[in-house]
Amino acid sequence: MSDIRDDLEKTVDRICQEHCLKEVFMSSESGVWPQALWQALEEVGLPLACLSEEHGGSGLSFDDAMFVLRRSAYHAAPVPLAETFLASRLLSAAGLKVPGGVLSVSVAHAKDGLQLQESQNSPSLSGHAHRVPWGLSCDHLVVVAQREGQSYIVLIEREALGQSQSQWVKNLAGEPRVQFDFVNAPVSAFAPLSNAKERLLCEGALMRAVQMAGALQRSLEYALQYANDRVQFGRPIGKFQAVQHMLAVLAGHVAASAAAADAAIELSSEAPEPFFIAVAKSRVGEAAGKGAEIAHQVHGAMGFTREHNLHHLTRRLWSWRDEFGNETHWQTRIGEMALKQGAENLWPFLTRL
Amino acid sequence: MHDFVFPAVTLPESASLLRQQVREFLKRERDAGTFTPRKNSWSDGDAAFSRKCGQAGYIGMIWPKKYGGQERTALERYVMTEEMLAGGAPVGAHWVADRQSGNQILRHGSERARQLILPQIAAGECFFAIGMSEPDSGSDLAAVRTSAVKVEGGWKITGTKVWTSSAHRAHYLIALVRTSPKEENRHAGMTQFIVDLKSPGLKLSPILNIYGAHDWNEVVFDECFVPDDMVVGEVGGGWNMVTSELAFERSGPDRFLSTYQLLLASMEQLGEKPDARSVNEIGRFVAHLTTLRRMSTSVAGMLTKGEKPILEAALVKDIGTAFEREIPEIFRQLIPSEPLMDNDSLDFDALLGMSMLKAPGFTIRGGTREILRGMIAKGLGLR
Repeated sequence: MSDIRDDLEKTVDRICQEHCLKEVFMSSESGVWPQALWQALEEVGLPLACLSEEHGGSGLSFDDAMFVLRRSAYHAAPVPLAETFLASRLLSAAGLKVPGGVLSVSVAHAKDGLQLQESQNSPSLSGHAHRVPWGLSCDHLVVVAQREGQSYIVLIEREALGQSQSQWVKNLAGEPRVQFDFVNAPVSAFAPLSNAKERLLCEGALMRAVQMAGALQRSLEYALQYANDRVQFGRPIGKFQAVQHMLAVLAGHVAASAAAADAAIELSSEAPEPFFIAVAKSRVGEAAGKGAEIAHQVHGAMGFTREHNLHHLTRRLWSWRDEFGNETHWQTRIGEMALKQGAENLWPFLTRL
Repeated sequence: MHDFVFPAVTLPESASLLRQQVREFLKRERDAGTFTPRKNSWSDGDAAFSRKCGQAGYIGMIWPKKYGGQERTALERYVMTEEMLAGGAPVGAHWVADRQSGNQILRHGSERARQLILPQIAAGECFFAIGMSEPDSGSDLAAVRTSAVKVEGGWKITGTKVWTSSAHRAHYLIALVRTSPKEENRHAGMTQFIVDLKSPGLKLSPILNIYGAHDWNEVVFDECFVPDDMVVGEVGGGWNMVTSELAFERSGPDRFLSTYQLLLASMEQLGEKPDARSVNEIGRFVAHLTTLRRMSTSVAGMLTKGEKPILEAALVKDIGTAFEREIPEIFRQLIPSEPLMDNDSLDFDALLGMSMLKAPGFTIRGGTREILRGMIAKGLGLR
């Protein structure tokens, strides 16, 4: 591991060990914003990790930013780091200034229909945004809206959000997902960005894949720890071949997830690379389901309790695999790409990079 | 705990050139009618095709030039092998010699063995079989009972090897044999020998597999003489040699491309616009394949650096063989067919049928799934 990765890992670990405490998880699930955790991340500039230095960012490479994200997911950190990264990347791509603070994005939900319009000579936003992650606490929201057939990246401030906020629900991890009903809501900035919805979907899928890879890694570590500690029939359950083999399978999913996510990260630093992102989201999504199942099975009843920390990871895995397109969505896209090549040209297509 | 990291590998420019060369070579051979893709995997061989591979420099690529090699890297060899498999080439005759036997001889063999054998392998004229398993020794390799006693100028081997693939078509066998009685350390006292399959004192009998083909053999040694210079490495050091080659044996594209031709044939059957479920399943396979390729290439990169990624290789083989077994299982549901037992036909029903019949072997040969998972678990710090 490079020095910078080593430093980043230590930093994220230190902050999360200090702030991702049981009571923080619990209060965040009832809608209380984990301010101390976010503040600690802000103090070291990590929420700006996806922003170049000239735009006031930390100057980390995209790979390094994704490493930070993965490590935060390893700790199941209950904060919108991925969403802040996504929002800042979309704003930058559209040439807009990135505000500080907590950012979130609309998730390109199938039901979303947002229109940018001019009313009384000022731009405004109308329509619905569904299941906006951390919509209760973000300082700004970035959405994709349409105007006259062109897609726009639109920035909305907290004040406008507060007036448009509708009901909120919790995803499986207890993270807030908020509906916004905008009626001529004031817009603080906007700029056209071609293919914006696709870009949001792809980058969102990539970041969820990266997060799942991190959460899977920790799930494996918890399961190994438990298998070595838990004694039944006079020996640690990790001595039983049945348990060993389950954990070997889990390790396979963890390794494959990391490999799939890394491939997508490498090719997406400038703009998202749809094929490898599709591979990552679908492969890691599949691993998330199968991996979480094994991690729970190894932990027995203990892992099913609120007491143990495993569920902070597995409940996120179960949510993340469905957000920004589930396995079927991405597998279908890959299948269509493969069929477009045809059997004869599939191999050249797979080996082109 | 072993961390099972698969770092990215950048293929050198030379590998891209080589890839194009292999593709052109295969196209020429296909056009000339030398082979028909779609039905081959690396267990199907054709001696004449192997000679052509030898002439083209595609065997023993990583060996020194003085032994007939090309002094290429493991990554370049990786690219060649995946192109051969993806192209459906009948590489089976020389596969074992190129993948493992030649490497063993290069690293541990006597100078005479290297000079005599390696150039022949590289020319595509010399094939090898692996003599490890025995009636009472399969996954538990240390249980081998075939033994050798020292005689003037060499050794005399007595015992029985089974499941010996292609021994009746190969020129040599590398046999793992006990050269001193079993001690406390079960892994001590074993030695590898290069056995000329024309030697007196050898008796081969076919063992037919479930579809009636003769691939396996029983090889009975009755005081079969092997000269001293055909001992591989140190007497008693066989176990370490065998296990250190496992990364070569287990991580390559042959561990996940065995049914790639069926994936292609299935895509051809389904046409350009199949139903949603079929599109979905094809996409899923391509996602898995892409990920496996990255992991397998990563292992080739570690091998190029001289590392010994035995656990990574075990992991790739475990995931890869599960993947290649799944392909016939899924497509039989998507393409209504009644699979046939016919290894020569290009009919889809036959391609499907033969993949199904071959599939059980994928998760057994070269280390069973259970052995691999045991190794991985140990690497994870269990036991």
